[in-house]
Amino acid sequence: MKILVCISHVPDTTSKINFVNDNTEFDTNGVQFIINPYDEFGLTKAIQLKEANGGTVTAINVGDATTEPTLRKALAIGADDAIRVNANPTDAYFVAEQLAAVAKDGGYDLIICGQESIDYNGGQVGGMLAALLDLPFASPCVGLDIDGSTATVLREIDGGKEKSTMSLPIVLGGKKGLVEEKDLRIPNMRGIMTARTKPLATVEAVSADARTTAVKFEKPAAKAAVKLVDSAEELVQLLHNEAKAI
Amino acid sequence: MAVIVFAESWEGKFKKITNEAVSYAHGLAEAEGTNVIAVAVGALESDPAELGKYGASEVVTVEGDAFASFNASVWATAIAEVAEAKGAKHIVLSGTNNGKMIGPMLSVKAGASYISNAIDIPSNFAPFTVRRNAFSNKGLVDYQTNAEKVVVSIVPNALGVKETGGSASVSSHSSSAAADSRVNVIDVDRVKGKIPLPEADLVVSAGRGMKAPENWTMIEELADVLGAGTACSKPVSDIGWRPHSEHVGQTGIQINPSLYIAVGISGAIQHLAGVSGSKTIVVINNDPEAPFFKAADYGIVGDAFEVVPKLTEALKSFKANQ
Repeated sequence: MKILVCISHVPDTTSKINFVNDNTEFDTNGVQFIINPYDEFGLTKAIQLKEANGGTVTAINVGDATTEPTLRKALAIGADDAIRVNANPTDAYFVAEQLAAVAKDGGYDLIICGQESIDYNGGQVGGMLAALLDLPFASPCVGLDIDGSTATVLREIDGGKEKSTMSLPIVLGGKKGLVEEKDLRIPNMRGIMTARTKPLATVEAVSADARTTAVKFEKPAAKAAVKLVDSAEELVQLLHNEAKAI
Repeated sequence: MAVIVFAESWEGKFKKITNEAVSYAHGLAEAEGTNVIAVAVGALESDPAELGKYGASEVVTVEGDAFASFNASVWATAIAEVAEAKGAKHIVLSGTNNGKMIGPMLSVKAGASYISNAIDIPSNFAPFTVRRNAFSNKGLVDYQTNAEKVVVSIVPNALGVKETGGSASVSSHSSSAAADSRVNVIDVDRVKGKIPLPEADLVVSAGRGMKAPENWTMIEELADVLGAGTACSKPVSDIGWRPHSEHVGQTGIQINPSLYIAVGISGAIQHLAGVSGSKTIVVINNDPEAPFFKAADYGIVGDAFEVVPKLTEALKSFKANQ
């Protein structure tokens, strides 16, 4: 079974978010980058499936050379090899086109993305990739079993869950539930050492146009200081008269 | 040219947030001097014409075996067909779980650019520019596209419903989209009689400060009085006190209610990422140093076991006097 895990290289969850160049760019200065947390669930699931059924796990990222440490971490966690599409990931459509170009001839049975990345939160790449490859898609996926060429997929719907069977190959947008947090793989020393020798291929980007541009960034207005109240009655009045929330 | 809007339904009835999506589409149509055509996919029990109230001038229904269960690709094909037939430049949908699957597929099928998670009306139409959330609610980004066609999804509850009081004609579209034999929905398990969290306008949530699962009765009573959904923090769902489906936060469900009441939740950054889109946040915590107070609009420092029953009573008398 061949599995492709799409990895976003994102600012650490706790990063301070700042913008530069007249608020037209995200300030990467001093920011620690990590594997997108939603992708980590997919990566661990892929490794578990490989251990149970055999096969290979390939991690892929669209980015410049600065994303290689993130791909090396995916290798240290247990991916067999990695591909970096050498391009600036300008928008989701551009990224989906790059991933589709690699996946098209790759013979992958399963392609896993995160439900969204924690930087731009677009939740676009997985669905676009599935549409470009004309493959079934499920997101946000919180359970997956594979039996031969059939996947049983559990995904969240509003207020519940939906279970489907799907014929491989498929594209998933994953989150916690694909594996539990306690089961996430952390690189050990052996993994880190072997990751250095695992193949990390660089491929050049195919021609594709970004369809959207982020033109201006802003931080949400600072919240006014919390209004502390002493009584439940006072809170109810404030919620009604001031916040108009009830 | 028309603005197309996906009119999402559940068990044949339009979802509440469909009214919000239609209202948003109406705003776009007014600015562009055109009309709104809503597309309802799958068997329908609701009267399609009711969407006229929120600004749709026409509702196109798409029914048939291919739409008996949800399939994002098949549904996106049908919506793209209607958009093409009507010469639509803009397609609007709500960022529900189904909407989040349809949106990106639809944009590819319609040859459109896609801006997801819009939280405002477009600031400009040429080029189309709209504001959206990013960085897990720690940033805002204005996205722009020069594409002729744009799919835009809106954050549920972010923009509200506007009644315009018009009327809608109803027609049907016979889609060429065939059922996808590669996908079979075998079970749908949806909590009955409760408001799905992403749609809830009011949410009462609790954390480890509740000390034990049996203490959730008081949270449910408070939610009942408000007509709110209930939610919980991650540690609580990890321990198994509450189901994972109630976990709100970065790895759980992201919500944007108009009122979020957090009881006994300290407010870790991952929790805030899932709830800070709430318009008003109330924090009840006995620790005055709890980081959540920094993100809150209103706070009560006190023991949840004393404050929550008092708040429930105060709300009951408030409601009785309305």
